[in-house]
Amino acid sequence: MTGVSIVGAGLSAFGRQPGVSGREMAVQAIRTALADAGLEWSDVQIAFGGSDGSGLADTLVAELGLTGIPFTNVKNGCATGGSALVSAVNAIRSGSAEIALAVGFDKHGRGAFAPLPEEWGLPAGYGEAGLMVTTQFFGIKIARYMREYGITAQTLAKVAEKAYANGTLNPNAWRRTPMSAEEIASADMVNDPLTRYMFCSPGEGGAAIIVASEAVATRLGGRPVSLLSAVTRTRGFGTFEVFAPAIQGIGAPTSVSTTAAAAAFDAAGVRPDEIDVLQLQDTESGAEIMHMAECGFCEHGEQEQLLEKGATLIDGSMPVNTDGGCIANGEPIGASGLRQVHEIVTQLRGEAGDRQVPGSPHLGFTHVYGAPGISACTVLAV
Amino acid sequence: MSPTESAPRLHGSRCDSCGNVAFPVADGCQRCGQQVMQPIELSEHGTVWGFTVQRFAPKSPPYVPPADGFVPFAVGYVELSEGVKVEAVLECADFAELEGHAPVRLTATVPVPRFEVVA
Repeated sequence: MTGVSIVGAGLSAFGRQPGVSGREMAVQAIRTALADAGLEWSDVQIAFGGSDGSGLADTLVAELGLTGIPFTNVKNGCATGGSALVSAVNAIRSGSAEIALAVGFDKHGRGAFAPLPEEWGLPAGYGEAGLMVTTQFFGIKIARYMREYGITAQTLAKVAEKAYANGTLNPNAWRRTPMSAEEIASADMVNDPLTRYMFCSPGEGGAAIIVASEAVATRLGGRPVSLLSAVTRTRGFGTFEVFAPAIQGIGAPTSVSTTAAAAAFDAAGVRPDEIDVLQLQDTESGAEIMHMAECGFCEHGEQEQLLEKGATLIDGSMPVNTDGGCIANGEPIGASGLRQVHEIVTQLRGEAGDRQVPGSPHLGFTHVYGAPGISACTVLAV
Repeated sequence: MSPTESAPRLHGSRCDSCGNVAFPVADGCQRCGQQVMQPIELSEHGTVWGFTVQRFAPKSPPYVPPADGFVPFAVGYVELSEGVKVEAVLECADFAELEGHAPVRLTATVPVPRFEVVA
């Protein structure tokens, strides 16, 4: 199979940016990624991208230049960035392009998302009754998980404490003020057992990744990162997902994250225990804990002990969300998946500054999860 | 109307091909993809599979708060004898009553299923 390399990665600022549109953030991210790759917009041969609620990606050509390339809009919830990246990778692998762009962006208002049940295939009654609230799913799932596997509320608080601590080391993060586990644990409850500081907030930002054939990557020089695999999956039967009026099937539900991660590792020929630095969807503290096991990095229930030992800290044995994740960067739906890839690229190049994982990491992993049961994963190497 | 006739019941579907039970009523089976589904009435009794408490008022629209204002409520999944776990609003005097796979009984089906803790 044709190898694919990431030759450029760029972000806009993350967090509230009054007066700056989501589209402007996307253009900023793309120009940063192009500069990173040493390329011009006219070098890009095909593009894929999207936002959840901030406009159509193919309209960005008005600002970037009317070069006439195919530009496909992607709208795939939290997997928008991942789906765009898979399409860009496939364009390289098929030989239809040598340089391809994936871009994701969003600018969300304050407060929780307010999805309409009809758009998610649910009767209107779910909205009237107050059940179209994504945070409920995470509360129900982690509450059950904690009882089943002995995860404590203190460990939930530790995940968020780490996110804010890593945010202080990331000049591009939205939340850059440290917060103690005690303060996090004692904050207002949103959906038991999760407090307000354990959740990410809908936010703002853009992220762009430029992939190229190995021949182009070699010609460009620079600091390419090999994209060993990029995979997206929708849910299989018997999973427990956001906005589910029921969990069908008998016995314990599984998660789409498990199938997506396993497929990504399989395609890459890499095992989870070989990964040096990773990004896991941290919609809230509990999600990061559960995704550690669902993606294959530990057994269910092992997280309590691992976090006690500081395993997920920057200098731990499996550093998770070194840039502060969604909790410190916010959740612009279209951008988060590619923000994760950007962070792993930065870490594998050894350019993460104060938050650099020690020991020259050479294998990285990213994972997003979202409604209505989708996941996107990548495995990256230098 | 007799009490039996007025008692709320949840309607689901059972797949003719693989026996999977779906809620709500479905035209096709999520498990095997076949399209012959028989209508069934689901159990009125079940146990709490998992729950959380909605502590803040959801955004309106689409949320329609009670006439006397929002109060925190429990939401979760009720495991029925058919195996399917149904999302529902859970009624209780104290949220702690919902712990430990608490037995619950169906009290309403609209706008969403509601179950109450069986004393």
